[in-house]
Amino acid sequence: MALAIELIDITKRFPGVVANDHVELKVEEGEIHAVCGENGAGKSTLMKVLYGMLQADEGTMKVFGREVRFASPTEAINAGIGMVHQHFMLADQLTVLENVILGAEPVRTLGLIDFDEARAHLKTVAEAYGLFIDPDDLVEELEVGERQRVEIIKVLYRGAKILILDEPTAVLVPQEVEELFRNMRDLKKDGSTILFIDHKLDEVLAIADTITVLRQGRTVSTVKPNEVTAHDLAELMVGSELPTPATTESTVTSEVALEVSGLTIIDEDERVLVDDVSFRVRRGEVLGIAGVEGNGQTELIEAMVGISPAARGTITLNGRDITRAPVRQRREQGIGYIPQDRQREGLLLPAPLWENAALGHQTQPPFSRGPWIDRKGARRRTEAIKEEFDVRAPDVDVPAHALSGGNQQKLIVGREMMAEPSVLLAAHPTRGIDVGAQAAVWEDIKAARRAGLATVLVSADLDELIGLSDTIVVMLRGRIVATLDPATVTPRDLGAFMTGAKSAGAA
Amino acid sequence: MKRFSELPAWLRWSLYAAVGVLLLTVVQTLEGTDRLTSVTSSQSMLRWAIPILLAGLGGLYSERAGVVNIGLEGMMILGTWFGAWGAITYGAWWGIVAGIVGGALGGLLHAVATVTFGVDHIISGVAVNILAPGITRFLSSEILTNIPGGSITQSPRVPGVGSATIPFLAGGTIGNWTTPDLFGWLGTQKWFFISNFANLLKGVMTRVSWVTVIALLLVPLSAWLLWRTRFGLRLRICGERPEAGEAQGVDVYRYKYIGVVISGALAGMAGAFIASPELSGIYLEGQTTGRGFIGLAALIFGNWRPIGVIGGALLFGYPFGIGLRDLDGSASHALILVNAIGLAAVAIWAFTRSKRTDTVLALVLSGIFALWYITTDVVPDVWINILPFVIVLLVLIFFAQRLRPPAADGLSYRKGQT
Amino acid sequence: MSSIVLVLSGSSPLRAFADMFEHASRLETMVDILNRATPLYIAGVAAAIGFRMNLFNIGVEGQYLLAAIVAAHLGAMVTLTPVLHVTFIMLVAVAVGAAYSGFAGVLKVTRGVNEVISTIMLNAIAISGLVAYLIRIWQAGGAIDPGTVQRVGTAPIPKSGLLPDLNVIVESLTRELRQGKTLTGVLLVAIVVGIGYHVLVNRTRFGFDLRASGVNPFAASVGGVPPKRMVVIAMALSGGVAGLVGLTEVMLTGYFAANPIRGLGFTGIAVALLGRNHPVGIVFAALIFAFLDVSSGVLQFTGAASREIVVIMQGVIILAAVVAYEIARRAREKEEAHAAAEAMVAA
Repeated sequence: MALAIELIDITKRFPGVVANDHVELKVEEGEIHAVCGENGAGKSTLMKVLYGMLQADEGTMKVFGREVRFASPTEAINAGIGMVHQHFMLADQLTVLENVILGAEPVRTLGLIDFDEARAHLKTVAEAYGLFIDPDDLVEELEVGERQRVEIIKVLYRGAKILILDEPTAVLVPQEVEELFRNMRDLKKDGSTILFIDHKLDEVLAIADTITVLRQGRTVSTVKPNEVTAHDLAELMVGSELPTPATTESTVTSEVALEVSGLTIIDEDERVLVDDVSFRVRRGEVLGIAGVEGNGQTELIEAMVGISPAARGTITLNGRDITRAPVRQRREQGIGYIPQDRQREGLLLPAPLWENAALGHQTQPPFSRGPWIDRKGARRRTEAIKEEFDVRAPDVDVPAHALSGGNQQKLIVGREMMAEPSVLLAAHPTRGIDVGAQAAVWEDIKAARRAGLATVLVSADLDELIGLSDTIVVMLRGRIVATLDPATVTPRDLGAFMTGAKSAGAA
Repeated sequence: MKRFSELPAWLRWSLYAAVGVLLLTVVQTLEGTDRLTSVTSSQSMLRWAIPILLAGLGGLYSERAGVVNIGLEGMMILGTWFGAWGAITYGAWWGIVAGIVGGALGGLLHAVATVTFGVDHIISGVAVNILAPGITRFLSSEILTNIPGGSITQSPRVPGVGSATIPFLAGGTIGNWTTPDLFGWLGTQKWFFISNFANLLKGVMTRVSWVTVIALLLVPLSAWLLWRTRFGLRLRICGERPEAGEAQGVDVYRYKYIGVVISGALAGMAGAFIASPELSGIYLEGQTTGRGFIGLAALIFGNWRPIGVIGGALLFGYPFGIGLRDLDGSASHALILVNAIGLAAVAIWAFTRSKRTDTVLALVLSGIFALWYITTDVVPDVWINILPFVIVLLVLIFFAQRLRPPAADGLSYRKGQT
Repeated sequence: MSSIVLVLSGSSPLRAFADMFEHASRLETMVDILNRATPLYIAGVAAAIGFRMNLFNIGVEGQYLLAAIVAAHLGAMVTLTPVLHVTFIMLVAVAVGAAYSGFAGVLKVTRGVNEVISTIMLNAIAISGLVAYLIRIWQAGGAIDPGTVQRVGTAPIPKSGLLPDLNVIVESLTRELRQGKTLTGVLLVAIVVGIGYHVLVNRTRFGFDLRASGVNPFAASVGGVPPKRMVVIAMALSGGVAGLVGLTEVMLTGYFAANPIRGLGFTGIAVALLGRNHPVGIVFAALIFAFLDVSSGVLQFTGAASREIVVIMQGVIILAAVVAYEIARRAREKEEAHAAAEAMVAA
């Protein structure tokens, strides 16, 4: 079969790092080709080079057999390549039609847009590929799956024969993923070539015809799905034996550190985000909360931290009711928090490390004495964190944005744990960090657990959840729908509970 | 029966206007004056509204492209100077052109600072506002002082462009024939509400400067330009989601530049209008008196849509128009009652939406104004000066959360940030 | 860049600068510069407090005028022992400024009104409305008819309410001041304000909270900083400091004049920007702007350039400065990213 895309020796360097190192990629016409790799493996950079958003430093690119070099996305579009970004590039306040035709508007005299022609063309494209959408809807009214459809129509409208999908399933619920795969198969039938990035290995194995694995900027191998298992793929991505989060002996005590009772959270549009949730976490216990993103876990954690108010229910910390307490008070009384978006929620990027170490704890020693900031104390504590939690940085005065993601996360974990909390709320604590840092964080959580810390762990990494937790609850549509024993549940089962395919009586 | 919010914008705003006129008619009857809806008041209102309208439209282009422009005041100041100088030196219409160019240069400066160098929009706007009076002062000292009648702070008289009166509806002339005057006649009939409305309409159609006509035409033109052309769509994407524009081949920097320069040009035109005989008739230092900011307020009030901007401009221009001729203060006094009733209406609206705090707040404020009205006969003349600002604050207090600025407004954009 | 403008206007830049510097080196001029820099510095700190939290307090102008007239009026009504009297006047000024600005802060947190617009509106209301009205009814000698032309100002403050000037100190160090010049005692207030600003923002927990909210408001609130309270307190603090700006003139003349010095508020914003919100940086910025203001008169006298040049210079300086800071920031970020990536590779 002819090659739709051929990348030979593609190399792209940034200051201090080689993002793509002589990468090889061969995508056949009419196939669905997956590109896998960890965060930082170079997948996004490669796609940006392919799409003309970046230019390679070395190497050759061939599209449909012709050698090309794209200086801008427009050139890639003209060559028949369309990109659907992970974070949708849609303007909420404009209609679907306006978003789709932008940049390729049919015009009459004086630059007047010919909306009739645009609408007709859009309809043709949408129907041809079985994608149903109303061109006059405002994008902000659409569901996530529908928005993705708009993105796909955008590229098809311009006649793309090669579609690049960047982590398309990251934001979809399982039914929407099914819908997407259906669309992908239809597109393939019509002769389109699809290249997609994904690191959910079961999905990749389900839909792809060929899989290319990248690691640290290099092509590691190219395989067919029937030749490998998910575990094999994972090891190819990581390059070594996977560390396991598995814990051994139980350290659960009988002392209840955190109790949540009947917690209900309602947003301003009257939607119930968390519905009558109750659970207890004891000292020495890790409670894992499983669930597809968007089922209320984030809101639940935010309510426990104190950022969002609860409409009903109570939260009790070590016997004291903190339901209405402000964030600062909860922190002072022993709640630690590892946020899921460290840059947005947990760090002051331009500030030095020692100030970041104080964030969240600035009202307590060693960071402050009375109304004054104790710089010496802060620096001493930061040095300790750096030492004990292996934060790689020249000194404690560098700004936080100078650290890598993994080191930033280690800093946050360290600062929370050294403040000796009673309860630790950890939201996706190892998201987006390298394997080494991930292993370190797991060790820290395990050690703290042994020392009597109560932890609430929210994670999308099922291995992490099963490995670290003493108890797992599953959240679906704001409710706890299952309470499971990690010793007896498999990732597949857990996934089934999370998507509602399986159900059990809640404990 | 369609819901009110689904009616076309122009129809909704016309209804607001009608309700407003009704309110004014009622209030002025209570107060015992006819000044709130007289022909001269209406003419005055229009004259005062035009600079606000132009500044607001200027803000529209800039902010729809994603650049906040609080330097409108400074650009307007440039417009007053260049407008006066251009008219004196070359003729009335050249004055308008010069004012536009002067303002556009200010816009260009703002664009370079914010778009190319990524300076914070507010800071750059403040810098333009500081720079502009300095430039005009300097130019005055160099050029105006050499013109007879000119000084550092003012210019000699500025010639004006012509004006026209609409035939048939307001008795304008066609050739040598004076046409019948429908609204004028209606106005004299003393029919409650109808005559008042007619008077107001006649006022905006009598001896209307050509610049005013152009300014008014810019409203539908802008709506058409921004929502129906390729240029407009691309400009708007820069203010909503520039990354999407970039990904689809739009040169975001270019459109931001265009938007900001246009905004400067329109603000400059506003300045030229202020210096023209329609308002001041001369260049005078400090004559803009915050109208650039009021234009910005009209933009916000109008929810970043052209029809809303002109609605805001008329609303804010009205007190100015009234105030100047209101020698016995009765109209100013009456406006207090208008405020009180308006707030009461807001209270009712809030009540129907079950917004308790809003309802209470509106009732309390309404009560304060009502009390003020009842317990006084005259009101200090500063009230007229600050009324527009007070109205803006009140509108923002109650409606700020329902307004919808362009999503990427004010954000610093750099290419390739995805 | 200002030289370009000078050249264009047909004057010699070098001569102009030379004249200005020469004039400045005279003692009396230095006193003028310091007198002028003092309110500018305070205004700069007021604006800077807001800027540290990404709040734009554009209403400094209105706040200080309002605070000054209220403080002058109330100060004239009472007579206390000197220390108490002066303190009373200052407290009133601070309170008025804080309340007016804090109101904008309250509007922001309770009703979502952007503080840029609200402070601009409140500014106009203060200047065109409140102050204009109050100056009439509080006119020395009773309320006057708006039609009257002669306006002087509020009732004079008794001697006990005036901050003494610092001539004694100056004269003991150098020589007697001529032309009746006095170095305002408010200079000491400015110094205290500057030190207080530095200590508060950089050494206290509150300052930490303030800076954190400015850098990353969401992370700050996750870190326990109460977001709404901070906004109101920061705005109030900014306004409170702004209230002191008008003190210089009031203490000098003894009353609030009908036409006070205008523009200090906006220039204060420029000073804060130029000084990068840093307590010492603002000192230099204030001195530079004061120098330009004071020296402009000289140019008129010596004919080296027209005095309006100075106003342009100020505007140009501020614009060039913010552009330069932005360029420097981007360069620094690139460099830091480079260093970090290298550290990562090395690790």
